[in-house]
Amino acid sequence: GPLLQSERPSTPGARARSGLGLMNRTKGDEEEYWNSSKFKAFTFDDEDDELSQLKESKRAVNSLRDFVDDEDDDDLERVNWSGEPVGSISWSIKETAGNSGSSQEGREQLKSRNSFSTYTQLPKPASTYSLSSFFRGRTRPGSFQSLSDALSDVPPKSYAPELGRPKGEYRDYSNDWSPSDTVRRLRKGKVCSLERFRSLQDKLQLLEEAVSMHDGNVITAVLIFLKRTLSKEILFRELEVRQVALRHLIHFLKEIGDQKLLLDLFRFLDRTEELALSHYREHLNIQDPEKRKEFLKTCIGLPFSAEDSAHIQDHYTLLERQIIIEANDRHLESAGQTEIFRKHPRKASILNMPLVTTLFYSCFYHYTEAEGTFSSPVNLKKTFKIPDKQYVLTALAARAKLRAWHDVDALFTTKNWLGYTKKRAPIGFHRVVEILHKNSAPVQILQEYINLVEDVDTKLNLATKFKCHDVVIDTCRDLKDRQQLLAYRSKVDKGSAEEEKIDAILNSSQIRWKN
Amino acid sequence: MSPLDRIANVSILKQHDVHKLYKLEKKPARSSSDQLCFLLRPRLASVRLVAELINADKAAGRARKYKIIFSPQKFYTCELVLEEEGIYGDVTWDEWSFSLLPLDNDIISMELPEFFRDYFLEGDQRWINTVAQALQLMNSLFGPFTETYGIGRCAKMVHELWRDKAEESEVDNMDRKPEIGHVFLIDRDVDYVTALCSQVVYEGLVDDTFRIKCGSVDFGPDVTSSDRSIKVLLNSQDKVFSEIRNEHFSNVFGLLSQKARNLQAQYDRRRGMDIKQMKNFVSQELKGLKQEHRLLSLHIGACESIMKKKTRQDFQELLKTEHALLEGFDIRESINFIEEHIDRQVTPIESLRILCLLSITENGLSPKDYRSLKTQYMQSYGPEHLLTFHNLKYLGLLTEQVSGETLTAMENKVSKLVTDKAAEKLSDAFSSLARKNNFRAISKKLGLIPRGNGEYDLKVPLDMAYVFSGAYVPLSCKIMEQVLERRGWLGLEEVARLLGGHEFVTAAEEPRSPASQQVILAVFLGGCTFSEVAALRFLGRERGLRFIILTTAITNSARLLES
Repeated sequence: GPLLQSERPSTPGARARSGLGLMNRTKGDEEEYWNSSKFKAFTFDDEDDELSQLKESKRAVNSLRDFVDDEDDDDLERVNWSGEPVGSISWSIKETAGNSGSSQEGREQLKSRNSFSTYTQLPKPASTYSLSSFFRGRTRPGSFQSLSDALSDVPPKSYAPELGRPKGEYRDYSNDWSPSDTVRRLRKGKVCSLERFRSLQDKLQLLEEAVSMHDGNVITAVLIFLKRTLSKEILFRELEVRQVALRHLIHFLKEIGDQKLLLDLFRFLDRTEELALSHYREHLNIQDPEKRKEFLKTCIGLPFSAEDSAHIQDHYTLLERQIIIEANDRHLESAGQTEIFRKHPRKASILNMPLVTTLFYSCFYHYTEAEGTFSSPVNLKKTFKIPDKQYVLTALAARAKLRAWHDVDALFTTKNWLGYTKKRAPIGFHRVVEILHKNSAPVQILQEYINLVEDVDTKLNLATKFKCHDVVIDTCRDLKDRQQLLAYRSKVDKGSAEEEKIDAILNSSQIRWKN
Repeated sequence: MSPLDRIANVSILKQHDVHKLYKLEKKPARSSSDQLCFLLRPRLASVRLVAELINADKAAGRARKYKIIFSPQKFYTCELVLEEEGIYGDVTWDEWSFSLLPLDNDIISMELPEFFRDYFLEGDQRWINTVAQALQLMNSLFGPFTETYGIGRCAKMVHELWRDKAEESEVDNMDRKPEIGHVFLIDRDVDYVTALCSQVVYEGLVDDTFRIKCGSVDFGPDVTSSDRSIKVLLNSQDKVFSEIRNEHFSNVFGLLSQKARNLQAQYDRRRGMDIKQMKNFVSQELKGLKQEHRLLSLHIGACESIMKKKTRQDFQELLKTEHALLEGFDIRESINFIEEHIDRQVTPIESLRILCLLSITENGLSPKDYRSLKTQYMQSYGPEHLLTFHNLKYLGLLTEQVSGETLTAMENKVSKLVTDKAAEKLSDAFSSLARKNNFRAISKKLGLIPRGNGEYDLKVPLDMAYVFSGAYVPLSCKIMEQVLERRGWLGLEEVARLLGGHEFVTAAEEPRSPASQQVILAVFLGGCTFSEVAALRFLGRERGLRFIILTTAITNSARLLES
């Protein structure tokens, strides 16, 4: 079981040597080197068949795995405040509160009952206790020796420093976890060396085992190892055909914020759009408006789709405008000379607001400005090709809020070629009415627009809802709907002008009622 | 309310010598204690905060003991951060595999809202082990499951991993009498439509309006008609709530007023009482009545507040549009409605929700509509939503029709992908294709839109469609019903294919105990809504079954899109 953690070469020199060994040999040599060293590692004086011995021990140990695992778990990984091993949270809480002696004793007893206790009591090198140590790179300071050092003192045998150990102990240190066993241990959150998977083939097998197990945590753990021990190009190349693992790497890079490698990866995969988006995403982390603007400028040339390129360009232009408007208006506001800013102080800065909000702002504070100025609504409309509908809705909301009914009127008035004026709205007059009502427009104004609603039912409904009596009454008269008019009579105030008007109509002999 | 509050309140923690509780923030530690314990989800941001805090201590020359408890488990990336921040070795850690939080008699939540984004958007399978572990726990607590069904890639992976775990530890639960007969695993992406619809059963509406967190809701001053908010635990213990939670909203008023009348009658009884009866009344009934009175007034307040909010945002019109989308008529009108929503800057999530609903039910938007709606959306809510659209496209929630390609061509393509073994291996690359929704075809095959003539009586519902005003049967629940009825996918091959495949069924040979056959564990990977819960409760009542819901989190349209 867990006792079989590999022991990595314990001296920095040994590590460097193994690295150098790889570098200095041709492939054929290398195989021979590894094979021979491996072979030698299992040569015992009193054994004939080393391989069968190895297999046997592996079997034996594997069969013990579950049994020993729990023990190991506690010993290695669960440590309470005072550094003593504990089994669970509840235990650790109890122990922090009370004494830990008794439980410690119990555990000792448990251990000695375990016939394999000798295994668990083997000294374990501290570095193998944590997974992180396996993620530790060769590049740690002090782990490389000078070339001459390494060459002068590299008997192939010394790569297996445990050779001299007694047989029994040696067996326990065997690092013969298969990729599948390794991955299983990782899944259980256990400590397991990945360091010995050095050939590309081994590494990939490890990765494939992890992927086939479906546990993302393990896949990422293996990827962290691969990322550290493989060159970028090889890693990318191998992941390109392993989509599941690839997505884990991408997510991992996003999470730890390794933007540079992420962009390299997208570049390698030729995923230009993701590359562009990923770069663009960074602007969200830039608070300073000027800097953000400059950053957006760098995004414009990125390989977005044609459609998105236009959006990016617009984003840049919008922020550029906002910065100009903001500076100008802040100045105007603080000078206190402009009426609109005195009457309606700005509630927030316009920076980084959406376009429609900017348009609203501009319709509110800069409505009358000439098209040439950046802050004028018409200029915004033209620059960003805002659809009529959107523009009218926004302008209407802004002007109605200021109760500038004359502007509202102008918004819908068009002159035809004969000079006649006509009211038109791209959004349907019932919406206009609703917006006006929300901004508490006076009845006369509401009435005028309700009358422009084409659909009679909608018109009646709106008029009733907003108490525009005249419209209701006139409409009923036009519809020759006596019953409805009678019903409405009961809703108006007694003795009011409306009631009088209804009575007059009801009494009129000119109308031929339909009911 | 946080999951921790549900199981251990401050006083329990104090009994265990916890000195003080702090929320982890980007601030130096205020505590003067020399032992700090952090209870964290294994998120890198949290680990970084802890690292900052410890490094600040170090810089100040302060020595303390630190312990991190990761719940439900530690990820290797967390260790990496600890190491990179130079505090590896300064901290000890532990795992607390607290993964099942029972919210009610029939709902168990894993409280992992991040599951949805991590798996469906990022493709990270880190939670699959957690869910498999939870299944294994259920399996060992309630005896071996006899039959498992499922649909979806994730469901399949969870299932495989769980089988693996079950085999490893088979020894200890063989002799247990099984209590759960069936397990049904379903991926959220099999059915987005249901999750995107406005909820109209009471519990769903309360969730959409006030947001239920861990089975508890904060009713603000507008509900309590006082100046403070009240935290209310919503579950079957609440007598008033348990009667109205599954009801269609239109039905709730009637029930509440009936309850109010009953309550009045109960109070009135005391008029004719003599001293002894009165004593009895006060000691035995009054407390219950007072409690009921309190609850009743809260729920009436909640109803009023919901009504007010819904009237303000043209809820009726919205529902009409949703129903039109589900049935597939007047599409142009719906698009205009959505456009107006966007132009008027109605809440961004709301606009996005109906936009997604449109896309899924229509198998994607025409390129012209897609472009125009996307542009208007970004103009209304901000240019950075370019990223949102990209994500939604990837998820298959909001897509652009591939021009010239007809529905059948698309279906052929999908079927080729699913049947071809080699292609399946690469299915991740094509998953956005495979996930293409063939909602219309599925809806027809499963009869999701009731054909009833005339009015649907919401008071006496006939089928699960009542949870959506009788307009639509939740797809996820309908599949469960069908598969359980047939004890497998036989006859549903076409539906499964349209849903993107990855369906499976396994039956154990063990003799079935009849009682356990009535119990079904419904596992939602990526969240489930209260409407689905209500629908399954209804199905259970109709069929004499008991559904227990295990979900990675309770979700609704807003949570789905925000994540």
